[in-house]
Amino acid sequence: MLVSINWLKDYVNTQQLPPAELGEKITRSGIEVDAVIDRSHGMTNIVVGYVESCVKHPEADKLSICQVNVGEEIAQIICGAPNIAAGQKVIVARPGATLPGDIKIKKAKLRGEESHGMICSLQELGIEGKLVPKAYAEGIYVLPEDAETGSDVITNFDLDDTVLELGLTPNRADAMSMLGVAYEVGAILSEEVQLPEISYKEASDTAASMLTLNVDAPEANPLYVAKVVRNIKVQESPMWLQQRLMAAGVRPHNNVVDVTNYILMEYGQPLHAFDYDALDSGNITVRHAKEGEMITTLDDAERKLSGHHLVITNGEKPVAIAGVMGGANSEVSDSTTTVVIESAYFASGSVRQTSKDHGLRSDASSRYEKGVDPNRVIPAAERAAQLLSELAGGEVLAGSVVFDELNKEERIVKVSPDFINSRLGMKIAFEDMLDILNRLKFNTAAVNGQLVISVPTRRQDIQIPEDVVEEIARLYGYDEIPATLPEAETTPGGLTPYQAKRRIARNLMEGAGLLQATTYSLTSEKSAKQFALEETETTRLLMPMSEERSILRQSLLPHLLESVTYNTARRMDSVALYETGSVFLKGDDELLNEQEHLAVAMTGLWLDNSWQGEKKPVDFFVLKGIVESLGNKLGVQLTFERGQMDDLHPGRTAFIMLDGQRIGVMGQLHPTEQKARDLKTTVVMELNLATLLNLETEALVYTPVPRYPSMSRDVALVLSKIVEAGTIETVIRNAGGKLLKDVRVFDLYEGDKMEEGKKSVAFSLTYFDPEKTLTDEEVINAHEKVMAALTEVGAELRS
Amino acid sequence: MEAQLQELKTQALEKIAEASNVKELNDVRVAYLGKKGPITDLLKGMGKLPAEERPKMGALVNVVREEVTTQLEGRMVILEEEAINQKLQSETIDITLPGRPVKTGNSHPLTRVVEEIEDLFISMGYEVAEGPEVEKDYYNFEALNLPKGHPARDMQDSFYITEDILLRTHTSPVQARTMEAKGGEPIKIICPGKVYRRDSDDATHSHQFTQIEGLVIGEDIRMSDLKGTLSVFAKKMFGDDREIRLRPSFFPFTEPSVEMDISCFKCGGSGCNVCKKTGWIEILGAGMVHPNVLEMAGYDSKRLTGFAFGMGPERIAMLKYGVEDIRHFYTNDVRFLSQFQRTEL
Ligand SMILES: [Zn+2]
Repeated sequence: MLVSINWLKDYVNTQQLPPAELGEKITRSGIEVDAVIDRSHGMTNIVVGYVESCVKHPEADKLSICQVNVGEEIAQIICGAPNIAAGQKVIVARPGATLPGDIKIKKAKLRGEESHGMICSLQELGIEGKLVPKAYAEGIYVLPEDAETGSDVITNFDLDDTVLELGLTPNRADAMSMLGVAYEVGAILSEEVQLPEISYKEASDTAASMLTLNVDAPEANPLYVAKVVRNIKVQESPMWLQQRLMAAGVRPHNNVVDVTNYILMEYGQPLHAFDYDALDSGNITVRHAKEGEMITTLDDAERKLSGHHLVITNGEKPVAIAGVMGGANSEVSDSTTTVVIESAYFASGSVRQTSKDHGLRSDASSRYEKGVDPNRVIPAAERAAQLLSELAGGEVLAGSVVFDELNKEERIVKVSPDFINSRLGMKIAFEDMLDILNRLKFNTAAVNGQLVISVPTRRQDIQIPEDVVEEIARLYGYDEIPATLPEAETTPGGLTPYQAKRRIARNLMEGAGLLQATTYSLTSEKSAKQFALEETETTRLLMPMSEERSILRQSLLPHLLESVTYNTARRMDSVALYETGSVFLKGDDELLNEQEHLAVAMTGLWLDNSWQGEKKPVDFFVLKGIVESLGNKLGVQLTFERGQMDDLHPGRTAFIMLDGQRIGVMGQLHPTEQKARDLKTTVVMELNLATLLNLETEALVYTPVPRYPSMSRDVALVLSKIVEAGTIETVIRNAGGKLLKDVRVFDLYEGDKMEEGKKSVAFSLTYFDPEKTLTDEEVINAHEKVMAALTEVGAELRS
Repeated sequence: MEAQLQELKTQALEKIAEASNVKELNDVRVAYLGKKGPITDLLKGMGKLPAEERPKMGALVNVVREEVTTQLEGRMVILEEEAINQKLQSETIDITLPGRPVKTGNSHPLTRVVEEIEDLFISMGYEVAEGPEVEKDYYNFEALNLPKGHPARDMQDSFYITEDILLRTHTSPVQARTMEAKGGEPIKIICPGKVYRRDSDDATHSHQFTQIEGLVIGEDIRMSDLKGTLSVFAKKMFGDDREIRLRPSFFPFTEPSVEMDISCFKCGGSGCNVCKKTGWIEILGAGMVHPNVLEMAGYDSKRLTGFAFGMGPERIAMLKYGVEDIRHFYTNDVRFLSQFQRTEL
């Protein structure tokens, strides 16, 4: 909502406050002022000029040489506008003037001819092109003939004005009108509100003699008022009206349309003007449209209607979509002489649905949607009649044609002062509360210590005691509220075990050198299921903004890998990222099965200490070590099983297992996938973090520090290349008995000293007895059993 | 013989002084004091002396031997030290060379902000509550006093999956779910999480972003408690000398509703580019829980009241760290992420 302060002063005394200060007061007490716009832009030396003569420039087709009377002298000005002509009153920027955009006007020579100033368009005075009347959109603006030559344009034509741009929240529909803003300012400044005085002369003929009205849909249209004005002359509106509309962000058209728009802005009540003769029936019937009925609206669009759309008809065919847009067939034109002014109350739900169905949102529909004031429908119609008789020379027929079943009663809200103070934590005096309610023009009575408030219908947002609490508080001042803390018993607070363990998991990842990434949950069809741990249907948005963001992801890795590529493409060759976040699987219930996952993607060097000759590229085992540490930290036994997954290297992929359940996958990207993503060797991991974090961990009880020494034995074995170290380790563990405490691989050799198809793996075995020092004999016994078991599975000792 | 002894001593002392390293000095030791050395020879040759001269001569030889030994050991200490110094000298390293890198990652700036806020409220007795990102329309809107067709639904264009299921547009449904679960009991929670709105991604908008909301319900919870709580938060997050102010606003789920500004932490209130010359920076929205919201969740709004507040960690991170483009939080450029490593305490 754009509020011209000059216009506002018609209704309320703004106490000569500087606009910025007024804006600040409005913001602090309830309605945010987004901008304070100076319409004068600080312009000076802009005067009314009279074009005495106008001839073509001899050297330039498109330029005219004008002799312009600017009051103190006749100035020669070169003008390039196509619509310049002798006899016009025009806006002249004299030498020394500064126009918006820091354009300084100086004496100049144009193709050899002197020019002492500039004849201006409205755009050059800082008015948006879309607000300039169509007739002057492509050229200079022509002032009315009675404009005084040499007088100041800025002050005489209302450009010495400031506009407050209000950012309205949906509850404050009352402030979508100048009068509503006047009430707000009046409450803030303790000033009275002056309503427009409505008086006009009525003709002896009645409106009812020319027009009949049927309302067939009283629920959607409980109040309809029509006035008939005849013998009007459709023409340009006077300058003050055009300026006010432009200040309010509305483009002037002609006096009839401008009057309806002016009252829309003044009262917040949408009006519509029909050409009476074009109605061609002397009847208005409001009804729901027939299924498939057609109407061509004012924007020349042909629209198909449905049964739930409310239309205004001439008794036969639609002439307007109620509350949304008029029809082309009944539009007011230059030749119109008699108009029907409609002022109505259309139910907000009906208008919202209709405007949504047709993708049409107008100043009118947005007001109906939020609810207009039932008590302004009739005054707005009267106001229109008055202005049409004043500005268009119209003759207003007596009375109105009315259908009225609308409840216009004020709502009563009762609230006790204690309630207000206890909600706020304040001690506002009863008199102060009464004073605020009076400033708001809420009729209030004190009954048995209670405030009984009759809420004006313009404030549809005040419905319950809490709404009154807000009114009192905002006008009393939020700065006056003290700062306290809740007095209730304090509770311990804290993280759940799940949340605490999630932080531990993150800390571990970061301690291992990974940066935490955050990627989008919405992805493309192509990426949705890549690397997914479970096979389920994907979930698509009803109306995605793009295909790239149309499906809910089922794994974190595709986007995480995109982030890796983003970095490598910018010459950061070593990237190690992790992410925790939800994946979205189809569930049994209507909601999705959201699982929190943890994913890692790494590429490039893991360790780069090259001047000391240490350089370690990331590989499967770097990542495996991190996963193992995570398991240790969370107290869960993770194991690894050879696996396969699309887009992972078939020989370098493992499933991460917990108690026999597959909870994750890790591996190196398949070379084809690496190439497609423009990556070098990259390893990835994703696991179901929720499963890990939901496990109850056992209490930590320490094992006594060994009092007796352990003994170790190393065994180097020659194995077939296809035999996995893990298999041999199991054989050793099973054979080693209870004295065997640990088995560790400490060497792997697959070089050319080995026989074809063989490799050497060396294990270090640790024997230990917590009760006593082991004897050599005991170790030899245990170790011989291990060796026997190894021989049995075909593992030879390496000589 | 005595003269011979003196000659020997002079010679030995000369050799000791000449010895330039431990090995040479050891050679001197062997040459003069060793079993085959001249002093031993002299002692052996004492048998030829008359018996009465022997004790005197013996004492003399011992004096010489001790003196040579003392000198030699003194010299040995010096030479050994020299040798060590030389070795150390040769072992000198260039300490300006870089250390062996210890890889350290760090959390995302949004996690950092969220955890800081969580920890502050946990210290004030709040629990952390979470909920699904794919939500029922009921919890996202209806339970929050936003029935179907409510004009305020326009404020948050949403991603629907079916007519009744959508990506949550705020973390408030977690509040609604918690209230329902608590069955009328007091509540003190903070709800962080990801939320989604139909916005085109640009420098200040993101279709996915994070929110953190708080909810307190109890007996006699007042608007002044909200103000006090937010003031503690502002000082903790943005500095002890921050002031707050409340401005009236509108949210369907609170009444009264406010927006909170903090005094600009950059200019202190005199006006700068961070606060757009106003001295104040908008940080969050808040209000007293609307009685409809309480009643819908089964609370007696006459007996229990509450306050709620909500803010965007992106905005807070952008203000705190001076980040100019919200998209940085989702691009995962390591040159951006790795800047959030160090502590700020
Ligand atoms: Zn500032």
